[in-house]
Amino acid sequence: MKEKSYQTNHRRIATALSIIPGLGQLYNKQYLKGIAFLILTGAFFGVFADLLNMGLWGLFTLGEQTPRDHSIFLLVEGILAVIVLIFGIGFYLFNLNDAYKNGLKRDSGERISTVKEQYNNLIDNGFPYLIMSPGFLLLIFVVVFPIIFVVLLAFTNYDLYHSPPAKLVDWVGLKNFFDLFQLESWRQTFFSVLSWTIIWTFVATTFQVALGMFLAILVNQKDVKGKALIRTVFILPWAVPAFVSILVFAGMFNESFGAINRDILGFFGIDPIPWMTEAMYTKIALILIQTWLGFPFIFAMTTGVLQSIPEELYEAATVDGATNFQKFKNITLPLVLFATAPILITQYTFNFNNFNIIYLFNGGGPAVPGANAGGTDILISWIYSLTMTSAQYSKAAAITMLLSLIVIGVALWQFKRTKSFQEEDMM
Amino acid sequence: MSIKRQKYIRLTLTYLVILAMFAIIIYPLLWIVGSSFNPGQSLSGSNIIPKNATLAHYKELFDLDRSNYLYWYWNSLKVSVLTMIFTVILVSLTAYSFSRYRFVGRKNSLMTFLILQMIPNFAALIAIFILALLTGLLDSHFGLILVYVGGAIPMNTWLMKGYLDTIPKELDESAKMDGAGHLRIFFQIVMPLATPIIAVIALFSFIAPFGDFILATVLLRTESKYTLAVGLYDMVAKQFGAEFTTFAAGAVLIAVPIAILFLSFQKYFVSGLTAGGTKG
Repeated sequence: MKEKSYQTNHRRIATALSIIPGLGQLYNKQYLKGIAFLILTGAFFGVFADLLNMGLWGLFTLGEQTPRDHSIFLLVEGILAVIVLIFGIGFYLFNLNDAYKNGLKRDSGERISTVKEQYNNLIDNGFPYLIMSPGFLLLIFVVVFPIIFVVLLAFTNYDLYHSPPAKLVDWVGLKNFFDLFQLESWRQTFFSVLSWTIIWTFVATTFQVALGMFLAILVNQKDVKGKALIRTVFILPWAVPAFVSILVFAGMFNESFGAINRDILGFFGIDPIPWMTEAMYTKIALILIQTWLGFPFIFAMTTGVLQSIPEELYEAATVDGATNFQKFKNITLPLVLFATAPILITQYTFNFNNFNIIYLFNGGGPAVPGANAGGTDILISWIYSLTMTSAQYSKAAAITMLLSLIVIGVALWQFKRTKSFQEEDMM
Repeated sequence: MSIKRQKYIRLTLTYLVILAMFAIIIYPLLWIVGSSFNPGQSLSGSNIIPKNATLAHYKELFDLDRSNYLYWYWNSLKVSVLTMIFTVILVSLTAYSFSRYRFVGRKNSLMTFLILQMIPNFAALIAIFILALLTGLLDSHFGLILVYVGGAIPMNTWLMKGYLDTIPKELDESAKMDGAGHLRIFFQIVMPLATPIIAVIALFSFIAPFGDFILATVLLRTESKYTLAVGLYDMVAKQFGAEFTTFAAGAVLIAVPIAILFLSFQKYFVSGLTAGGTKG
């Protein structure tokens, strides 16, 4: 399509002048805007010149000599520089576009908006950006920035032996990932932690879901008396903050003095069980505790769903001669599962990353000889101890990346299937 | 006759299961309450029904010279309440613009939020730690609050956007006709209608920092700046059993008010979650 021809060429000139932001706007006789843009540009380079210069250099080299260069600080500055640069480029493109558009208006003989109109325009179109920006900025620095940092860290050799300021950190490519899968010690630990994480997620979550649903259906029977009291008691484990309950259970499961071994098992004449020192028993204890902690949530959800099932469905089934079991199988269960499905998935992802119970109960222990992860460590608690106790930062970052990929993969797959997401009008 | 009998058996079994569950739920709770009244410090002497009940452990917790417990309590409340306030403000603004405006970048931002909410923000622990170190926010509650609020934004934005989408757009359009500005529509039309979801988000963003352990333990260094989760863990982990009864008293003092608060708001929790889950 051929461009419409104009007698004047303001749009081209304005755009070309806008290579220095502000000049194009001045050319378009938008003096206030032009000056504002000029000042902004000047300020941008004045404030960020050092950061951009240092940061980009640091991002590539991670420092060249100690003790002058601190690799990790350079990395942080580098990411900041890139973020600032992206904002700068965004502004620059906006500036070019703005000059072109106003130039076009002049070419086609339209009036350029006055300052007041521009202001109104800005408020109208910019309002969503304006009210989003505080949350968005916080998100960038507190959530996005750390994620970028971890991703980059996974490709370095940052650990105890390459630790600034005494030593420099270097880019090592995919070495951390190769190590995880090829070095015998890492591979074994990684896969044993991963398999326990998966078993833990499935068994603990399924238990709490099954128990919660079962109890909800049980209590919902018409002829059960005292429903309000029963429901309140069943909610209690959810009402008490989880970290308190877990620490209490850690006391109860204590091998020599805890109530479980001394009072309950002792009462039945059973020998004390090594809950804290044998991985197998710790695992059983963890699953039992998580069931205790987690079922009330499912119980409350299911109760809500059950109360919304219309009575007529059951009456019709009775007329057709259905047994209680048939009613349960063909009416109750499908409706409950359908309504709670999205929440059930979040329960699985929650337990996948359930750091609190693993760490507060037994610190991920008992320790396993020859491995750098405890017997009940799941991925997230393993990452924690790699970071906080053994300073294996780059390995921890690599594992974090793998973990995030798993979680995102599962969640995206699930969200694609939920109706709410398909219905969302994505413009 | 046999139907009656069947019913009898069914009900008996039901009540038996319920009673067993009562025992399993209440026993640990009673045990910790009992322990908190036990004389002596150690776990070994603790009994569910103490012989010489004493309030000594509670007194110790309230004595600022002997324990930091009151500081921890105050810190937890401060951090949780401030996180709640900031989260509600920021999330309302973001969710409102996602729900009511169509702007360039909206689709991509929504997608980003969706992915971000799946990664727990403590996964980037190392980065948060180093960032706090660089900015001098290590060992400060302000830094901790910033991390909590930032982490709460993506998920709660989705939750709230889902709810706001159900409020008819005709309402704000007619208000616009009548000459109401952006802010007026936001504050006087939409927000009052969104009170239920605001309550849910406020509760969520209060409970989450209150129960958080991992971020607080990484960022807070001084004992008097700890939050309850870190402080109590410290109390137990230092020498397990040696301070157990004091820990028990501390646990009771947290569990009781929170449980009461929780039980009274419980039905909003459930409705908010199902609304978010099925609609949002």
